[in-house]
Amino acid sequence: MPLYLTDEQAMLRDTARDFVAEHAPVSHMRALRDAGDSTGFSRGLWRQFAELGLTGILIPEAQGGLGLGHVEAGVVLEEIGRNLSPSPFLATAVGAVEALKGSAHADRWFPGIVAGETVAALAIDEGAKHNGRIAMRAERSGNGFRLSGTKQFVAHGHVADLLIVAARTEGGTTLFALPRDTAGLTVTPERLADAGIAARLTFDGVEVDADAVIGEVDRGDAPLARMLAGGRVGASAELLGVGGGAMDRTVSYLKERKQFGQPIGSFQALQHRAAHLYSEMEVARAAVLKAQQLLDAGDPGATDAVSVAKAMTSLATTLAVQEGIQMHGGIGMTDEYDIGFYMKRARVLAELFGDANFHADALARAAGY
Amino acid sequence: MAEDPETFRTETRSWLEANCPPAMREPMRSDKDATWGGRNPSFAHPDQKVWMDRMGARGWTVPDWPREYGGGGLSAAETKILREEMARLRCRNPLNSFGISMLGPALLKYGTEAQKLEHLPKIARGEIRWCQGYSEPNAGSDLAGLQTSAEDMGDHFLVNGQKVWTSYADEADWIFCLVRTDRTTKQGGISFLLFDMASEGVSTKPILLISGYSPFCETFFDNVKVPKANLLGDLNKGWDVAKYLLGHEREMISGMGLGGSGGNALVEGALRTIGADEGGRLADPLLRAQIALFEVRARAFAAMSERFIDELKAGRAHPAQPSMMKYYGTELNKTRHELVMAAGGSDALEWESEASNHGATPRAWLRTKANSIEGGTSEIQLNIIAKRILELPS
Repeated sequence: MPLYLTDEQAMLRDTARDFVAEHAPVSHMRALRDAGDSTGFSRGLWRQFAELGLTGILIPEAQGGLGLGHVEAGVVLEEIGRNLSPSPFLATAVGAVEALKGSAHADRWFPGIVAGETVAALAIDEGAKHNGRIAMRAERSGNGFRLSGTKQFVAHGHVADLLIVAARTEGGTTLFALPRDTAGLTVTPERLADAGIAARLTFDGVEVDADAVIGEVDRGDAPLARMLAGGRVGASAELLGVGGGAMDRTVSYLKERKQFGQPIGSFQALQHRAAHLYSEMEVARAAVLKAQQLLDAGDPGATDAVSVAKAMTSLATTLAVQEGIQMHGGIGMTDEYDIGFYMKRARVLAELFGDANFHADALARAAGY
Repeated sequence: MAEDPETFRTETRSWLEANCPPAMREPMRSDKDATWGGRNPSFAHPDQKVWMDRMGARGWTVPDWPREYGGGGLSAAETKILREEMARLRCRNPLNSFGISMLGPALLKYGTEAQKLEHLPKIARGEIRWCQGYSEPNAGSDLAGLQTSAEDMGDHFLVNGQKVWTSYADEADWIFCLVRTDRTTKQGGISFLLFDMASEGVSTKPILLISGYSPFCETFFDNVKVPKANLLGDLNKGWDVAKYLLGHEREMISGMGLGGSGGNALVEGALRTIGADEGGRLADPLLRAQIALFEVRARAFAAMSERFIDELKAGRAHPAQPSMMKYYGTELNKTRHELVMAAGGSDALEWESEASNHGATPRAWLRTKANSIEGGTSEIQLNIIAKRILELPS
């Protein structure tokens, strides 16, 4: 398979590009923030995503979705990233769908996701750094389980209809699907640096039925791995959009802004830095598409490729937003100008599901050093 | 494709197994193990000649060139299969050649039928070794400022001037050379000439480098007579040929970022010198982190190379994209060798010992420093990206 988008994928990208730019440009995110909106995104916009079929992009056609892959989910996420659109797309249409796929829960939750009525949140991290370790416990209790522990950095966790929760059971890891209004669960929303909202969840002996288990008890590693791979490659695609959006704005600014009587983009010091940034972003783009294709093909090399994509996009996009502010000069430091939003969003996405160091370390471990 | 891919793969595999000598499946220990061919070829091992001749006879040194010019006439898909099967058997490259990687594509595009028939088959069989006469003492990055002149003498050109950084000029048989045929314009007054290094008036002088080797020469032309039939492309249009050829050169050099076996070779070296901690991880955590982050970039660049080739084949690559590949690949290669040296410690500093294969590691490290200078410096590539891709103002 060639490492560029097929005509169909490019068409989908163009559709997503027009739609997101029109309905959720950066001003949409700014307006939500300025209004102190406590949801953090627009439910109406989410339903519009559904009208285009995008919420079911990874859901099989037999279950009402589009039956497409991570490449297609990625082209949508890139546009979300480019416009800094607050959206539950990554957690819901990618993470939750990957976790639920093939399980009995799919029939219960997929129709709502396809319809744009259901929003999901992924409860994975238990500390400030994503580390893959799960301390939260789920103990047998009656016909079900009793969950104890805390989760944090759960995007949309305060308003989600569905929570996917990873916990430790007697013989391994188990993944649970629960409604957010499950009794005994404490949800505390926290506003983040990028104006998005993520929740802390406290499970203090929360009772859930046995049918909350996704797949089989103690066998949660496989759906968890699928969910994380989708989340990581999806976050990479969104980062690509954030970095690309920051770079495009910066390059335009270099062409417009005049100092010493000429456009600053004519100065070699800035040209070289912009060209270096372009190179890093192109390499990151190739790494993302490679990972998406391998994931869609079920290739065993996908795990490493996903780590490469997440690490590389984190590095490249971090450079893009840093150069963006520096090259904009003083105006880049103002809240009025959008470039700062890109820096804040990039920082959040770089941290999500493991940062560059986490994934470089994962590659090193996989290679045995 | 003439036959189905799996049949071609099976046949190719058995031919390679039968014809690639075992010695040619061993990793190369130094530059001396590379096969360059030429009129007076040197072979560190006799099987180098066997391997080159067998592949050359089949046209597989240049598998995708047309058969009438000494190529294998293979489709892109067949060429890919051949390369995959060669990689599977760890076959060495049968022939290193500027004729293959640089001049050949330019001859195929700009050459007359007579020029193609004269030169391409000899390149394919490794009979003639070529060198490239581009840079001059006062025309390096500003290549179009070159002054070596070719005066029209009616039936021939008379060439006078000096080139520098001519790779292996002292071992090459022919040169493809940029010369000035009009002094009134800069780019528009350059022509592209091919001539025999044995011509009267040609002399070369090797330049000793920091690596201790002399792969580059100063090359002098003193009233060299070159037949007019040796002009490639139109008179005064040599800059077009040069740019086309530079694109291929940059593609070739960008591949160096992928040379060797990636992070693993680095890690093996580091584990030998530094050892592992109780957890089985490299005992120097900072070096481990540097290698791991390098591996991220190296693997991402491998994907980029795959994408670049796919886009080239489909005609969708930006014409200036080779500059980006060259820039990134060569900077990455320099980083790799810095890490090799850091991992090797004092072992990697041995310059002449038998055990160190005569200082192969430090010499290779020093050689990579030229990667971002030759074929257009990194700064020139960044200029091209800025102007041609990002369209920043002049």
